[in-house]
Amino acid sequence: MKPRSLTFYLLAGFFGLFVLFLYGPMITIFILSLQGPDGTLTFPVRSFGFYWLGQVFQEQRVGNFVEPFQRSLVLGAIVTALAASVSVLSSMAFRERFRGSTWLFYLTISSLIVPSILISLGIGVMFQVFGWSTNWMTSGMGAHLSWTLPIAFLIMLGIFNRFNPSYEEAARDLGASDAKTFWEVVLPLIAPSLIGVGLLTFTLSYDEFTRTSLVSGQYNTLPLEIFGMTTNVTSPALYALGTLTTLFSFSMIAIAYFAYRTLSRQQKT
Amino acid sequence: MTVKSWPTLKPYVLAAPQTVLLLTFLVIPILLIGVVSFWEFNGYSMTPAFTLNNYIGIFTSDVTLKTYLNTFKFVGLVWLSTLMIGYPVAYFLSFHVPKLQWQVLLFLLCTIPFWTSNIIRMISWVPLLGKEGLVNQLLMGTGLIQQPLEFLLYSDFAVVLGMTHLYIIFMIAPIFNSLMRIDRNLVTAAEDMGASGFGVFKEVILPLSAPGIAIGSIFIVTLVMGEFVTVRLMGGGQAASIGKLIQTQIGSVQYPLAAANAMVLLIVTLMLVITILRVVNIRKEL
Repeated sequence: MKPRSLTFYLLAGFFGLFVLFLYGPMITIFILSLQGPDGTLTFPVRSFGFYWLGQVFQEQRVGNFVEPFQRSLVLGAIVTALAASVSVLSSMAFRERFRGSTWLFYLTISSLIVPSILISLGIGVMFQVFGWSTNWMTSGMGAHLSWTLPIAFLIMLGIFNRFNPSYEEAARDLGASDAKTFWEVVLPLIAPSLIGVGLLTFTLSYDEFTRTSLVSGQYNTLPLEIFGMTTNVTSPALYALGTLTTLFSFSMIAIAYFAYRTLSRQQKT
Repeated sequence: MTVKSWPTLKPYVLAAPQTVLLLTFLVIPILLIGVVSFWEFNGYSMTPAFTLNNYIGIFTSDVTLKTYLNTFKFVGLVWLSTLMIGYPVAYFLSFHVPKLQWQVLLFLLCTIPFWTSNIIRMISWVPLLGKEGLVNQLLMGTGLIQQPLEFLLYSDFAVVLGMTHLYIIFMIAPIFNSLMRIDRNLVTAAEDMGASGFGVFKEVILPLSAPGIAIGSIFIVTLVMGEFVTVRLMGGGQAASIGKLIQTQIGSVQYPLAAANAMVLLIVTLMLVITILRVVNIRKEL
């Protein structure tokens, strides 16, 4: 190993500043949400307490968060189940060449990178033209899938790239059908990754805003409710809600990571 | 038609659900935007027709032109700042962090905020940048300024800062990926031939990471071109972008006009993406 150069220390310092830039704002609202009843939207903090965190669960003048939260959970669960199962199927298809595979690959990528306003407007227009009314469960779900499915697919593609096909061949040589091979060999092997993908998809759906914003219909999901709040809430309850929902996302990511680690370690033994 | 056997059909069956979902929620909606952009709008609803008025309106309006220029300004500034910040970060992670374990861990540290709520991440800037925010308090406390800086929040500066904060991972991840793939022997070989540290970077590392930069740039361009949330939340009332314009038109149910604007936006974005692909060949990254 070479001795560390000046470049290393400069870059390390830069990286440190970058991490501060990423997390700093989040940390300030964590601090500001832990204020007493006399708290305001800005520093300095007069007293510490859990008053505002409790306020989130009270009936609010500007809106109610319990129901949007439930909607986001339900929608997240449906989107996760769909995105995970569909992406497993399609990434298995991509292990061999088939006509139109390149086409489908680029279509999936376009769904990821198309400007989000086009998805929102497009689904809105489609519902308008067909005379359907937009709803978080139908049009909202479509908007969520246009974003979460490509990401789940790309991760699954990477997972199947590293998947050793000889296990399946062995199962098939022993006379197992395709379905049986999948349930008894492939699925248990990809399970840890699949749980990880599922939880990440869930947080993406749970936090999705731009694509859903114009097509959620009458009832808001949680991010939309929070967006509505930003214009008319002047108490730290807004920060408290932000803190809670961010902690919720963090715990999902943490569970995803540890589930993946534990399960893949079990398989090795 | 002959009946095909299961092994031949299998990939098509497996890929079918994804194809159907993408057709329903991506292809048909965008085709319909194209159709509706030629429809008429009579003040309260849209009617099927074939008129070019929506497009003529766009191309003859000064407001649209200005809005596009402003959007390009955001794209350029966000692209520049994500690249200038993102490249050194990715370079540090891949070339200066010693163990793979640490590289992955620090990279994950950078990605975590991406999985949390964009809205909350934007709101988080308010107590820092506001008129009575932490930055102004610190600057006034040290006596550097007498009046609070107004441009920090609800300004173009805030919009660029907010977008950089939200989207920088889309620049870092592809660059990090392509830097990690560079064969370290090439670097050693260049050093052995007497190249300086900067020479190695300029002649070996930078060209080999160009595909990563290109993919990151495509992400940034497409994300920022249609942006309306950051522009609305961080830009206050004044900042304009084409996404926000479309959103306002949808708000007043002028779907045909919004659709025509969206088609122009899509074509402009595609042209930018094609330009990037012309400059850099990304094929080997896929």
